[in-house]
This record gives sequence, C-alpha cells and structure tokens, in this order.
Amino acid sequence: MKKTHIIVLVCIAAAIVVLISYTGDLTTYETIASAKEKEGKFVNLIVKLDKAQPLEYDAVKNPNYLTFTAVDTLGNNIKVVYHNNKPTDMEKSERLVLKGRVQGDHFECKDILLKCPSKYKDDPKANKNVQAAS
Amino acid sequence: MNYIGEHLLPGQIGHFFAVLSLVASLLATIAYALAFRTRELTDKQSWIRLARGLFLAESISVLAMFITLYYIISHHLFEYKYAFTHSDRSLQVEYLLACFWEGQEGSFMLWSFWHCVLGWILIWKSKEWESGVMMVISFAQFCLASMIIGIYFFGNKVGSSPFVLSRNEGFFDQAPIFKDMMTGALRADYLTLIKDGSGLNTLLQNYWMVIHPPVLFLGFASTIVPFAYAIAGLLSRKHEWIKPTLPWASFSAAMLGTGVMMGAAWAYESLSFGGYWAWDPVENASLVPWLTLVAGLHTNLIYRNSGYSLRPTYFFYIISFILVLYSTFLTRSGILGDTSVHAFTDLGMNVQLLLFVLVFLLPALFLYFREYKTIPAIAKEENTYSREFWIFIGSLVLFLSGIIIISKTSVPVVNKVLGTNIAPPEDVEFAYNQIQIFVAIVVGILTAITQYLKYKDTSKAFFGKKIWVPTLISVLISLSISLFADVNYDKKGPGFLFAIHMAIFASVYAVVANALYIWKGLNGKIKAAGASVAHVGFGLVLVGILISSSKKTVLSWNTTGITPLQGDPKAKGNPAGDPAENITLFKTVATDMGKFMVTYTKDTLNPLDRKRYFEIDFVAKKGGEHFKLYPDVIKQNKGGEGFSANPAAKHYWHKDIFVYITSFQENNREDTTTFRNREAKVGDTLFYGNGFMILNKVEINPAELQRKVLPGETSLFLDMTVISKDGRRYPVKPGIALKGMELRSLPDSVLSQSLVLKFNRVLDQNTGKLEIGVKESGAITDLITLKVYEFPMINVLWLGVVVMVLGFVMSIRQRLRESGRGALRVS
Repeated sequence: MKKTHIIVLVCIAAAIVVLISYTGDLTTYETIASAKEKEGKFVNLIVKLDKAQPLEYDAVKNPNYLTFTAVDTLGNNIKVVYHNNKPTDMEKSERLVLKGRVQGDHFECKDILLKCPSKYKDDPKANKNVQAAS
Repeated sequence: MNYIGEHLLPGQIGHFFAVLSLVASLLATIAYALAFRTRELTDKQSWIRLARGLFLAESISVLAMFITLYYIISHHLFEYKYAFTHSDRSLQVEYLLACFWEGQEGSFMLWSFWHCVLGWILIWKSKEWESGVMMVISFAQFCLASMIIGIYFFGNKVGSSPFVLSRNEGFFDQAPIFKDMMTGALRADYLTLIKDGSGLNTLLQNYWMVIHPPVLFLGFASTIVPFAYAIAGLLSRKHEWIKPTLPWASFSAAMLGTGVMMGAAWAYESLSFGGYWAWDPVENASLVPWLTLVAGLHTNLIYRNSGYSLRPTYFFYIISFILVLYSTFLTRSGILGDTSVHAFTDLGMNVQLLLFVLVFLLPALFLYFREYKTIPAIAKEENTYSREFWIFIGSLVLFLSGIIIISKTSVPVVNKVLGTNIAPPEDVEFAYNQIQIFVAIVVGILTAITQYLKYKDTSKAFFGKKIWVPTLISVLISLSISLFADVNYDKKGPGFLFAIHMAIFASVYAVVANALYIWKGLNGKIKAAGASVAHVGFGLVLVGILISSSKKTVLSWNTTGITPLQGDPKAKGNPAGDPAENITLFKTVATDMGKFMVTYTKDTLNPLDRKRYFEIDFVAKKGGEHFKLYPDVIKQNKGGEGFSANPAAKHYWHKDIFVYITSFQENNREDTTTFRNREAKVGDTLFYGNGFMILNKVEINPAELQRKVLPGETSLFLDMTVISKDGRRYPVKPGIALKGMELRSLPDSVLSQSLVLKFNRVLDQNTGKLEIGVKESGAITDLITLKVYEFPMINVLWLGVVVMVLGFVMSIRQRLRESGRGALRVS
C-alpha cells in the first residue's frame, strides 16, 4: 500500500470520527411537554407566541430581559425568559424556533429564530395591507 | 375580460423568450453532442456551426428575458407578480437591479446570463474542446431555462415564471375591494387600486445587494467550466484539457471567493448579525464548493508539473460543480427553513431542484468510476520530499474540511430523508470552529513549507537551508502576537486557546514564507508570483479571522447597574450567560459604557432612503477621543411593522468599533400630568412611581449653576438624588431665583425617569420645611437600546481577501501567457 493511500484513509477516518462526534453535539426538536420532561437539556422548540398572554419587555428597566408565553401545536404553553433584546417584529411572526433549556417553571431561551410570513398570497394580513395602500 | 391599464406585451415577450430559450438550449445540447460524436471533420464542423447558431438563439433569449424583466420592474408594472412582490415606487434606481435578484427566478436568470457569457468565451477559445464542453454548458442552460419556464407538464408545475400576472396568482382573491360587487369577479379597473408594490425586503436595500449576487453567481456559473472539461475528458479519454482549465479554475476560485467574502463583508457592514461569518447554512453552501475547487486547482497543478494526481483532479472538479448544485438545492428548496436566517422562500420546486442535482451527479459519477482505470496514474508513489506529495495532502485536507462542513449543514436534509428531528448543536459556531481551526493549522503550515519544496525531489540540505529563515521569522512574529496581543479566548477551555495560538502561528507562517518566497525563491520575479501572492492573501485572511474572532469584545456590556432586579447576568449559574449585550441610552443622557461615555443625541429621518439615522456620540474617558456614529433603522415592509437595523462602524487601522440599534422607543404622547406638591426638609426621602429621592442639602448661590441665574438674582438650589427602583442614581438640582419680590422657578428633570422636579417655596424657615413639585409624566423619553462590539484586526481580513484575489488574477495572466507559448510540462 502506498503511503498516499494510507494518508487518504487516515484522513477519511478522521473525518468520519469528527462527524460521528458531531452527532453527540446535536440537539433535538421537542414539544413543550417533552422538553419539560428533559429539564436542563438543551432543546429546540417550535412554537408560536401566545398573544393572549402579556409580552413583557421594557428597555428602560432592563434591555436584556424579555418574557412571554409560548404555545406549541399541541396546545401546551410555557413561560419563556430571554436575556436579550426583543427581536423586531416578534409579534408578527407566525412561528418561533426557541433554543434553550427548561429551568424550573420557565424556558430559559438562548436564541430565538423568527419565521415571518413572507409569501404574500397566503397571508390575509398582507392582503389587508394592499387594501390600505389602495 | 379586458382589464384597464394592463401592459400585457412585456409578459408575452418574456414568455416567448423563455420558451425559445428552453428549446434552443435543448437543441444546442443535442447539436453539440452530435458534433462531439462525429469524427469526420466537415460533418463535425457543420454540427458545430448549427450548435453555435442555437446557442446564439439561447443567448439572445436570455438577454431578452433579462431586459424584459428589468423593463417590468423599472416601469413599476405591478400587474406582474414579480414587480409587485419585489419592488415599489420609492426605491432608488440602483436597487431596481437588486429587486431583480431578490427572487429565485431573477437569480436563476442571472446564473443563466453568466453561462452565456462564459459560453461565448469558450466558443472563442476552447478549440477542439468546444463541442464537449459546450454540450455540458448547453445542457445546464436547458436545466436553468426549465426553472423559469413556469408551465404545467402532466399536471406537475415545472419552473416558476417571473412573467406571471398578479391576478392569475390569486393575489386579490381574499381582498373584496378588488372584486366587482355584482359578479364577484375581479374589477376591470383593479390596477387603479394598486398604488404601489410591496417593495424590496428592507434588509436587502443595500449597495452590497446590488453587487454581491452578480459576483457570487459568476463564481457559481464559472465552476461549470472545469466540470464541463472534465466530463468531456472522461467521454473522450483525452486529458489535455487540464492545461486550458487551469486559468479557468483560478478565475472561478477568484470569483467564488470574492463573492463569498462580499457576502461576509455585507453581513458585517450592513446586517445586524453581529459579525461577518456565522456558519450559517447559506454561507457554508457557497464556501464548500470553493474549498473543493481550490483542492482541484492544486491537484491540477500537480498533474501539470509532475504527472501525478490526475484522478483526484477529475474528482474535485466534478464534485465542486455538484456542490454548487447541491447548495442551490439547499438554499432554494426551503429545506433550511428552521436553521438559516437568509435562505430563499420555497417556491414549491423541490423535486425539480433535486432533479437538477441528480441529473448532473449520477451521470458524472457513473462516468468517473467507469473511466477511473483509464485515467493515467503513475504507479511509483510520490517522494516525501516532493512538492506534489504535500500539495496533495493539502488538497485532501481542504476537500475533507469541505465535506465535514457540508455534512453538518445537511442536518435538515437528513431529517427530511430519515424523518428524524435532529437540531443543530447548542453552540453552532463552536461546533464548526473546533474542527476548522485544525484545518487552518494544517493548511497554513502546508501553504508555508510547500513553496520551498521542489517537484519530484528536494534535497534535504536545500530545503533545510531555505526554510529556516521564514520559520524563525514566523515563530518570532507569532510569539509576539501570542504574548503581547492578549489573545485569551478562554471560553472554550485551554485546549481551544492553544489551538488558536497554533493557528495564528500557522497563518503567520503562510504569510511570511510566501512573501519571502517571492523575494528569495523567485528572485522578485513578480509576474510569476501569482500563486505566492494568493497564498500571502490567504494567510492574511486566516490571521484576520483568528484575531478578530477570538478578540471580538462586547463594549456594551450592561454595566450600568440597570439590571439588579434580575441578578447579575454574568454571574455563575445564571443560565442567560452572556447575552447582556444591550445597553439602554436615553436621549441626551450620557451613559457610561466601559471605555466611553456614550450619548444618543438626536435622530433624523432621511426621506431619500427612508432610513432613520441615530446620532450616537462617543467620548473616550481617557485620551479625549471623540467621534459620532450613525447607525440607522429602516421600517420594514412586506407586512412587517418593525424595523431592520443597519450598523455603523468607526474604522481604525487596527480595529473597528461596531454599533447597531436593537430597539428604539419614541415618545410622542402628549404630556397631561401635573405637578403634585410635596413637603420635605433636608434629609427627607420622597417616593415616586419608580423609586425614591433624597433631599441632600440646600445650596445658596452655588457657583456651578451660576449660568442658570440672571445678574442680580439670588438663587436657592436643592441638591437631590433620585434613585430609581433598578438602582440607578441621578443627581438633580431644582431651584428658585429671587429678585426682590419676583420669584422664578428653575425646574430640573430626570429624563430617563420622566421625572420633573420643581422647587416651589420655603414653607417654614424655622423647621426648614420646603415645598417641592413632583411631576411624573406617563410618557417616557425617547430611548434606544444598542449593542456595541469591537473587532480588532478586521482590516487584515479584508486586505487578505484583496491580496488573494490579486494573486489569482496574476496567476491567471501567467497561465494564459504560458498556454500561449504552448508549454505543457507533463512528464
């Protein structure tokens, strides 16, 4: 066997090891119920903002404190605390991906990804805007 | 039914050319394929003539579609969905082009356009390779044309046309205002009701959006040239294509690299992602083809100079183009939805996009493995002291690094295929960094030493004599960086910090060794130094990345004591950990921010670009440095009610101070509250809605407030401290001025607490009782929250990119000169 072959094999093996070890870092998407069972474990929640509950953010008191209630498709809800600024347009988003962990009674969020309505025709609100513009 | 005011002609022209383009590119593919198969020269020539004619028809169609769509956008023909969804009347002229490639259709067209340009250069230059290469390119053109054709084929929608009318896409279905009251059908004059389109996404209203996509797509498009040569080579079992491909691969690497880094510069300069690189799937998807292409470029060089590594060259060029297609699939299919912040929206073309990948991947792999044995390879293995051996190792590492990145990026695809619900790791960036830092170390060192090795064999004495000077210099430079530059990124433990220092050495080594090589090894022959210059640039990019990322500091740490209610966010055990990065600034109130006192002085709305600019005043506590920054926000469109923020940066040669607005509140409510009178004497405490205040002492004619008092007046000021619930302390001094019987009140206020204090009168001289008017207005003052970062050595990164591209351009010129002389050095 030539040494280039050996090196190629070693490198490929290393790459595979790296990828396998990566799977250990991976997290999962959970529902609120299953996340509550895995308290303290880093998870991803796909939820909606519960608009019936108050969203609390006051930049005067603390620009790094946002709290709101999230509800998932199964209807469960949880209080979310996010130690950062309120993402723009959060009230408008149709879906939120929350990254963080359940701690006691609330979800301690480290990152929020917003999914905003972007397809015009599926969004009745956007159509309303058309009327407003007209 | 006829609708009033519609311009249907441009759409019909567009559709016509879309169909013509599809047909012409398919026929061109066939004609080129026949030309490729025909051995007899005159027949071959006539097929090529036909194919060129068809390719001309294809090029004209693409150009005509381009012009038509631009016409539709620039004339605001909102009856067309593309103009309606991607533009509006208020856009500046330069952004009309950006509207063009905001949508998938326009960007496919852009890609197609570059293929045409490249195709004509190939027809002009590629001589006997024309038929094979252009066959592949024409077929790619056919696939791209099918993406924008927008017809139904056996019930399946093929492509998405940019020339469809808004009314046919169900835009007005839910809006009764557009309907005829009697019939329920669309009103004939519906267009008069549409005043404006929904506009270009505000995040994209930026000059980078005008130039970044064309360059990036030229990079994407140009990867097809090495691929097409490789396919033609496999089919004909001739391998001389390797020579003309070298400048093409350099060109492609230069363009793709520039495109990717322009994206990084855009993210850094104008988007509020808080940096230039976030290992976002969209970023990765364009970086990975670049890595494999650069690997291919290097093995191509090996083969040209030593005869080794032809098989990997084939493989790398093939896989680079396939990865471009795969990245197209990733970014356009909507599959990244939950993991990326900036993918295209789903147009429901996933199957077609997947087919686009497979239709190239499967035949290419089949051909590669079928012909693998026929591709010449040298049986004797490479000498360990040869350049080809170490370049090959470097290419292999680049390739595997790309594979690792793209595998990690493909997690959403795995979820889709296997039905799992895996999500990215907790710290996505670190998951990439902890591996890629070692790639940087290996590649950096190889970039340095390989220049001092010769092809085939290098005498140890020669190598030892040449390598010690650059090694010593690099050790000295990197040691001084490690020791004095205070790189102490310890968040990920000592192992990672050590790796950072190793990588700093490796990248400095790459810069120094290649710079010295230009001088020593090439005796300053700058024309032949393209590769070395590109390597210096690459090394500088690595240095810039390493230092700016590991020493990025948050200046806006919330140290103002504004958060005691929630505990110290930096304290151990606080799950929030780091992100207390926002600081609140009240209008006109100077706030302590570490090294600076910052003040939000004013804001103005620029009617031209519709942005609100905030003036933030920075005064350094030491050294008296003083500057203003103007971050801005732009109101979102497309149904959004918030705003998007554009950062501003103060550039120094060695660092940037980078600031962006995270939220703002404007006070425009009318103030209806009145003063309430309270009694107090010195030492008393008064409560108000958000805290309390202490009356410290009474001052008569205080010198420091003399400017408030007119000549001849006697003044009386109350020295008070307001302490808000969150622990902030504000000194405040309301007063009165007396002149005879005239009494003038001098109220003082705490803007951030919306508190106004007035010293009314002295109630009782003996007991020292005073009357103080307290007004708490319901409305708070204007305020913003912002984040401020410091990026050191970021300019080294940008400089490195420029140098690297310059090196590529030099080496392209060098290769073209050589190929003009016909000097093929395959042994």
